Amino acid sequence: MISIQNLSKRYKAVDALKSISLEVNANELFGLIGPDGAGKTTLFRILTTLLIADSGKVLLNGLDPILDYKKIREMIGYMPGRFSLYQDLSVEENLNFFATVFDTTIEENYDLIADIYKQIEPFKKRLAGRLSGGMKQKLALSCALIHKPKILILDEPTTGVDAVSRMEFWQMLKRLQQKGITILVSTPYMDEASLCDRVGLIQNGQILTVDTPQNITNGFPKKLWAINANNKFQLINDLRSHPKTATVYPFGEFVHVTTKENEPEINEIISYLESKGNQGVYSEEIGASIEDCFMELMNTSINN
Amino acid sequence: MKTEIEIRVRNLVKKFGNFVANNNLNFDVYKGEIFGFLGANGAGKTTAMRILCGLSHPTSGELTVAGYDIYKQTELIKKNIGYMSQKFSLYDDLNIVENMELYGGIYGMPRKQIKLRVEELLSKLNMEASRKTLIADLPLGWKQKLAFSVAMFHKPRIVFLDEPTGGVDPITRRQFWDLIYQAAHDGITVFVTTHYMDEAEYCDRVTIMVDGRIDALDTPGKLKEKYQAANMNEVFIKVARPDFQMTINN
Repeated sequence: MISIQNLSKRYKAVDALKSISLEVNANELFGLIGPDGAGKTTLFRILTTLLIADSGKVLLNGLDPILDYKKIREMIGYMPGRFSLYQDLSVEENLNFFATVFDTTIEENYDLIADIYKQIEPFKKRLAGRLSGGMKQKLALSCALIHKPKILILDEPTTGVDAVSRMEFWQMLKRLQQKGITILVSTPYMDEASLCDRVGLIQNGQILTVDTPQNITNGFPKKLWAINANNKFQLINDLRSHPKTATVYPFGEFVHVTTKENEPEINEIISYLESKGNQGVYSEEIGASIEDCFMELMNTSINN
Repeated sequence: MKTEIEIRVRNLVKKFGNFVANNNLNFDVYKGEIFGFLGANGAGKTTAMRILCGLSHPTSGELTVAGYDIYKQTELIKKNIGYMSQKFSLYDDLNIVENMELYGGIYGMPRKQIKLRVEELLSKLNMEASRKTLIADLPLGWKQKLAFSVAMFHKPRIVFLDEPTGGVDPITRRQFWDLIYQAAHDGITVFVTTHYMDEAEYCDRVTIMVDGRIDALDTPGKLKEKYQAANMNEVFIKVARPDFQMTINN
């Protein structure tokens, strides 16, 4: 459905996109995962015909963003990174505006936005600028869907929103996917990757990998250990000072550790920790998460 | 066990017209503690934080921050705290040294002390070679670490961090928390808000605000036990949104 080949874009001294390639399949829920500055917004602006690339080829449903920009704009729904609706128009007025711009009505495709819009319908006379973060999201999503797009492009729709609202938003996306829409979403939240069919990990204008979340986590190249002790600060420092540890990263309750030789003498490391006075030391071999994989790929690309 | 109290809040109420943003908050924060302040958007976290920073007056209640009274000694509070937020920290069109000198001046530090502190921080952050680089030209990860160090420039007793790691890559996020751990280890009290639930685990104690109230306040360990939760994400859901059904499998 979306084909991107060797796409590059440079802003003055910064290479925002460095010859990236990726494919999004029809009716897929595809996640573009990467931190701020990785190139996600730049890529999305090129796809949505708002920015022209320096080189490379892009096709959305066979259409070219430069030659066929009008057709593409009718075919896609776009939710940009910041709230971009009209703050001084009401919820209802915003929705009406977008319907009119796309030459349709709210009623025509209401079934598509029904379960999203129902949650904000009680506030339909409220000015958009006075809505809470979660409600703004729902309104923006409704406006992006009002003309029944084939492709939905969402730039960090869950940034700055609490953990529960984020989950709710992804539930809405899954339901939309069932209605036949292709969805491309970007996010800096690694845990959201597991909710996608496939993900592309992006960092510094380059794609680190594209695959299903499962394949990515299965592909983690080393053994990974989760270690815990009563005093985390001491635990981290002591782990770092041991000559056999390679990476030491806090992960919530635990510290994730890989070792240099990949045949961890974990007992040796545990004894060392205990000899340094760490209390309540616990260790367990675990499978990698998307975040572990992202950091491993970051380190590999830094070292190359 | 930390016992010296750095922030004391009793019966804090803040109203905007009829809307009660902070509804009778009561808590203490101990010296050297990493205190996590969680809650959904609109729960009242930012309102409470602004009051603690001396930027806004309570409607009623008693507060002392760093031992100073919130009503009568606001300026003394500001001198003894640092603040860093995602939205605003350093001036893009000034370089690293200029930002440090600016903040040093704002915090009322003598010139000699500012000069010494600039060198100390540049060395600690490994940014000596970049001292004349404009903030706008720094990578985001550097900006984050720098912003934190500048918030601590005057060696405050308490530092307030408002979602300091939003959007940053996972490695930089953890390097940032190394700085937080170090600061707490050095006796600085850290008051942090975040939407990353794994970061809630790094805190000594955590509060969860819901609709202007504090509905949970304890160590992550005790909260997980109380709510029968595997991690802080589950605790948050149970406290903030008990009606929410988890229908997506991770």
